[in-house]
Amino acid sequence: MVGAACAFYAARSGLSVVVVDRGPVAGGTTGAGEGNLLVSDKEPGPELDLALLSTRLWRELAEEFPERIEYEPKGGLVVATTGHGLDALRTFATTQREAGVTCQDIEGADALHDLEPHLAPGLPGGVHYPQDAQVQPALAAAHLLRASGAELRLGEEVTAVLRGPDGAVRGVRTPRGDLLAPAVVNAAGTWGGQIAALAGTELPVLPRRGFVLVTEPLPRVVRRKVYAADYVADVASGSAALQTSAVVEGTAAGPVLIGASRERVGFDRSLSVEVLRRLARQAGELFPVLKGVRVMRTYHGFRPYLPDHLPAIGADARVPGLFQACGHEGAGVGLAPATGLFVANALTGGTAGPSGGLPVGAPTLAEAFRPERFGVGAGVV
Amino acid sequence: MPTLPSDDTVPAAPDACDDAPYDLAVVGAGPAGLAAAVAAGRLGLRVALLDSAARTGGQFYRHPAPGLGARRPEALHHAWQAYADRAARLEALVAAGRVDHLAEHHVWAVTGAAGEWSVHAALGPDGADQRRTVRAAKLLLATGAYERQLPFPGWTLPGVVGAGGAQAMLKAGLVLPGQRVVVAGSGPLLLAVAGSLAAAGAEIPAVLEASGYVGYTRRPATLAANPGKLAEGAVHAAALLRHRIPVRTRSAVTEVHGKDRVEAVTVMRLDRDWRPVPGTERRIPCNALAVGHGLVPQLEPATGIGCATRLTPDGTHALVVDDRQRTTVTGVWSAGESGGVGGAELALLEGELAALDIAGRDGRGRTSRARRRDRLRGFADAMAVAHAPRPGWTAWLDDDTDVCRCEEVTAGQVREAVAELGARDARTVKLLTRAGMGWCQGRMCGAAVACLAGGAGDTASRRPLACPVTLEQLAED
Repeated sequence: MVGAACAFYAARSGLSVVVVDRGPVAGGTTGAGEGNLLVSDKEPGPELDLALLSTRLWRELAEEFPERIEYEPKGGLVVATTGHGLDALRTFATTQREAGVTCQDIEGADALHDLEPHLAPGLPGGVHYPQDAQVQPALAAAHLLRASGAELRLGEEVTAVLRGPDGAVRGVRTPRGDLLAPAVVNAAGTWGGQIAALAGTELPVLPRRGFVLVTEPLPRVVRRKVYAADYVADVASGSAALQTSAVVEGTAAGPVLIGASRERVGFDRSLSVEVLRRLARQAGELFPVLKGVRVMRTYHGFRPYLPDHLPAIGADARVPGLFQACGHEGAGVGLAPATGLFVANALTGGTAGPSGGLPVGAPTLAEAFRPERFGVGAGVV
Repeated sequence: MPTLPSDDTVPAAPDACDDAPYDLAVVGAGPAGLAAAVAAGRLGLRVALLDSAARTGGQFYRHPAPGLGARRPEALHHAWQAYADRAARLEALVAAGRVDHLAEHHVWAVTGAAGEWSVHAALGPDGADQRRTVRAAKLLLATGAYERQLPFPGWTLPGVVGAGGAQAMLKAGLVLPGQRVVVAGSGPLLLAVAGSLAAAGAEIPAVLEASGYVGYTRRPATLAANPGKLAEGAVHAAALLRHRIPVRTRSAVTEVHGKDRVEAVTVMRLDRDWRPVPGTERRIPCNALAVGHGLVPQLEPATGIGCATRLTPDGTHALVVDDRQRTTVTGVWSAGESGGVGGAELALLEGELAALDIAGRDGRGRTSRARRRDRLRGFADAMAVAHAPRPGWTAWLDDDTDVCRCEEVTAGQVREAVAELGARDARTVKLLTRAGMGWCQGRMCGAAVACLAGGAGDTASRRPLACPVTLEQLAED
């Protein structure tokens, strides 16, 4: 998704673009994602600023590709399960509001039920985030790529990053030959560290596994993206241990999606019954009506995370001609358009952007996402 | 059975303890799983035999529920004795406490490692009751196969049934899909199905085989080595002659007609690549169509624990198994169709070979069985080559033919995903179109989608859940 967005905004800026992927479109983490476009789970800071910019860009993209990318501005509802949790959630929402997030406090079970009639009874309250939205990530990536007009080289693996005598990037090598270009964007997601290594530098991207449960198709019993307040702590956590806090949402096609576990277990593809058990239990606690519903399938993906949980975006000062666009962890789909815009801007020297360039404050943001911030040989927790 | 001890030499059953792990869990009680459970039980292992159905026999030895009062279920089966013997032995082993037959156990996943497998099952006739985890040191997967369907205009009309499905209806419920049934598709099953339907009183206006049978004769050595299979073929041929059923090779049903259900089919001649030959259309009135294109190995839950697969000669995926029926994962064996489609006789042999290896036995019984197994495998491969779908079949499809009937995804949508949106395999087509995301989880449309996406890939698609399971069952401890 991030690569597709980079190609889209780079091509819009007048550059000629070729996209190389060893697999098909959306073959990595994009194809395993739920397509969350969230501001609700982000604390004030550079990532939230990037998410707010992306929220605006996704709305523009949805107007450009009506229906085809299944964009749904459904909003998010974060619920507290205890009075104490509700206080903490309120405080958190207040800081978000100051940073530009639109959100409303929801008081008591009745008000919650007005928004989500099937929520469990007796919950103390929550916060409603109308800016939260969803796209179907594989469709979004495919349609952005098609609209970019970029040449697609799918099923072709990059085996080397070509560099000139001065160390500057001058293209990539694949089994089908050399592709020459003065700029190479690394949008390899969870595998971004490998491309960085081919270019002679380092980016400490590691996988953080997540499972998603998919139910049988249902009439709309869950209207928004609903999750318990604990989720925010899990997203921000650096712990390797398993964390689960169910995020429950209905989809346009009917099935309810239940995410999202987080654990650092490398690229382990085996099924974890313990993860499924916890997700299922938490989803049932939020929506008792789902208990008898059948889960049709489950899938997992590997989120690309960097030690400080922020992506690496922009020109890599260590290797001239190399641009980074990876490490978005679980927010890659949501943050993709803003990332693409930033990268296109860096590629063209500041002229990119269909909406008249980057917003005020962009330079500070760019600083937070500097790819070289970990330093060569940075240790990984 | 030289290496299988007689009953009186089998050690007494260990103390029954519900929590103690079994020596062996067998998933699937069709010919392979049944033979393996019986052989392993007689070799002294404590065995759990799990199957989603209420009774043993699987798809092949499917037989009527006792309530239907069928007096001779064997009349619909050849090789019934092989089943009856093993079913009787199983009963004795169950009575002796050596084998537990865990019926109506829908296995949705396996986790763990050699020595400590956990087999997770949802219980009840439709898997909606509680949940149970069966622990075992070793695991034998005998999950069988399901029928391969290739779509064509009209294939979703009521009255169109799977060829294997038609036979199953007959075996289990003694019902016919219609009075006048066209049988079509490809593979050796078609002749057997036509014979059974005719014997049960249906009129069969035609059997249409998309391939020829000449492929068999290109492997005379394989045929000569399998006299039993030749005799089986001769039985089918005699049955068809007796009922005056015409068999047309290199022909296919390319369209089904009817308003609310099947009223007629259009049949066309095919070229070598299964492309319909223009001008050869012929309409055959009928009220049912039984159609199938061979079988596809059921790979779940094996792929969920990392068992490697191979591409078979007819374009499906099967588990990789070695000479002793071991999969590529330590502590896991496979027997029967999950390791490659080959029929009930082969499945019985493989089940016994697996049991011998699991029990650590070797010797003459193994050698002679292995030799027969290899011969039958050779025959199965020859058949697979002869009946493999040819690429021209996709010419049967209109752009608005539903390929995935669960999600109503048309051939045109699949073609667009491939040509315009960068899909290169069935998985990406699924992500972009929803083909294969519905109730059957791609078991019905998987073969067709793979063909339209450029062929079956090197690796089989993974389904971490082998069957649906409720949220409540998942949430149980």
